[in-house]
Amino acid sequence: MIKVHNLAKAFGAKRAVDGVSFTVERGEVLGFLGPNGAGKSTTMRMITGFIPPTEGTASVGGFDIVEHPIEARRLIGYLPENAPAYTDMTVFGFLNIAAEMRGMRGDARKKAVNRAVEMCFLESVLHQSVETLSKGYRHRTCFAQSIIHDPDVLVLDEPTDGLDPNQKHEVRQLIRRMGEKKAIIFSTHILEEVDAACTRAIIIDRGKIVANGTPEHLRQKSEWPWAVTLRVSGINAAALNQKSSHISVVKLTAILREDSTSVTARVFPRNNLNGSLATSIADAAQGWRIEELHTEEGRLDEVFRSITMPDTAASAAK
Amino acid sequence: MNAWSNIKTITKRELFAYFTSPLAYVFIVIFLLLCGFFTFMVGGFFERGEASLVRPFFDWHPWFYLFLVPAVGMRLWAEERRVGTLELLLTMPITAWQAIVGKFLASWLFLALALAMTFPVWITVNYLGSPDNGVILCGYLGSWLMAGAYLAISCITSAMTRTQVVSFIIAVVVCLFFILAGFPPVINMLESWAKPWLVDTIASFSVITHFDAFQKGVVDSRDVIFFLSLIGFSLFTTSVILRTHRAG
Repeated sequence: MIKVHNLAKAFGAKRAVDGVSFTVERGEVLGFLGPNGAGKSTTMRMITGFIPPTEGTASVGGFDIVEHPIEARRLIGYLPENAPAYTDMTVFGFLNIAAEMRGMRGDARKKAVNRAVEMCFLESVLHQSVETLSKGYRHRTCFAQSIIHDPDVLVLDEPTDGLDPNQKHEVRQLIRRMGEKKAIIFSTHILEEVDAACTRAIIIDRGKIVANGTPEHLRQKSEWPWAVTLRVSGINAAALNQKSSHISVVKLTAILREDSTSVTARVFPRNNLNGSLATSIADAAQGWRIEELHTEEGRLDEVFRSITMPDTAASAAK
Repeated sequence: MNAWSNIKTITKRELFAYFTSPLAYVFIVIFLLLCGFFTFMVGGFFERGEASLVRPFFDWHPWFYLFLVPAVGMRLWAEERRVGTLELLLTMPITAWQAIVGKFLASWLFLALALAMTFPVWITVNYLGSPDNGVILCGYLGSWLMAGAYLAISCITSAMTRTQVVSFIIAVVVCLFFILAGFPPVINMLESWAKPWLVDTIASFSVITHFDAFQKGVVDSRDVIFFLSLIGFSLFTTSVILRTHRAG
């Protein structure tokens, strides 16, 4: 549904987006990650046709965003950053105007507004002025505007920004549910959201895509995928070290913490064993009092850090 | 057809915005007070002893509009930019042109309403004597066209900035130029040193020169074209500014 090819945007000498290419199909939810100022919003603004690209193209549903902007925009629902809305209108009035701008009249409009209001839980504030709404409600009002015409493509710029944890959860559920039938692209810098809602994630840094894959795939870029964290009581560090070095698949054992009653260590596998290291350790550790044993799948925040800030992450590792 | 319904939607939303804020009511009240005061007190409506609205009423309009129309137009784009709704508006399946025309029409209709509210002056003059109502109607038409020209200029300045006050000030300055270019004292001063063709060229850019004929009851196509082309050019400039702003 969304095809982005070599998209670039220069503001003066600065290239905010520098040759970004990706595609999103129907049924996919693409998480767009990156530090602030990495070019996430700029990319989304180009896809929705708000700013023209300096180079490259993008098409939505087969319509080029530069040559057929109106047809392309018709397919898109867009939630801009900071969720702007006409503050002088009521929620009801605002949604009605949004539906009308989407070309809906009469009964179709009424139905569309009701549906959006229901999906975004806006009944209680329907006749309140947007100006008086709390941030969460205002956000949901703008979100309702973006889904009012039941679009095939949704572009959401930080849809959970400023919401409380319950609302965040609701919005993620909503995105996930809608993602089954639509092509969705949403930006965030909350990494749990990638796990909660995405089928695929892209990490963008300084205008370039630095990683693209499923959340599992990204996690394995971690420095220690499939390492095992182990806590044993009634044994000292030296004994643990000695024992683990006898296990053939162990490459390295790092002691994380040692106190009078227990030792915590992280054991790294010699090569990618897909989680079987824990079994080997459990087999070898007969007679130990194991209090904790689990396999690290790799953590997204760490991957994110190591990809977007290579220098700092490297120095932190030392 | 489709374009027209988009324009109507935008116009409706803008008109709604005027009447939900106090601005509309304040504007209409001030405009009517000014009209009343200047027509009857300063303009010497009664002392003239003639049943006409030309000098005592319409003569003041270019000057009222100088301050009032930029106040009506200043929020059109500046507010959208400040709040961020511009991004919403321009990513809807409507063209920038439809948005520009829709917004302009809303403000112009609003000014038409304010102008129509001066009907007591018209009733008064009809009650006291028997004026040429054709000339009065013509004056109203000219006044409305002139307001449209000021408004289109305010659209440009509003699209240039996200601060309404800045938009207001620049619009007043530009509109002042369009008045002064044909203001008799300025023309007299120019005539003392400039060549006649230059004076004529400058004066032909003035709204006063073109409004004058309307006041006398003459609808000259050149005057109508002047106002309409000023509106068209200004709206085009607005679209260019909006586009370059987005292009970064």
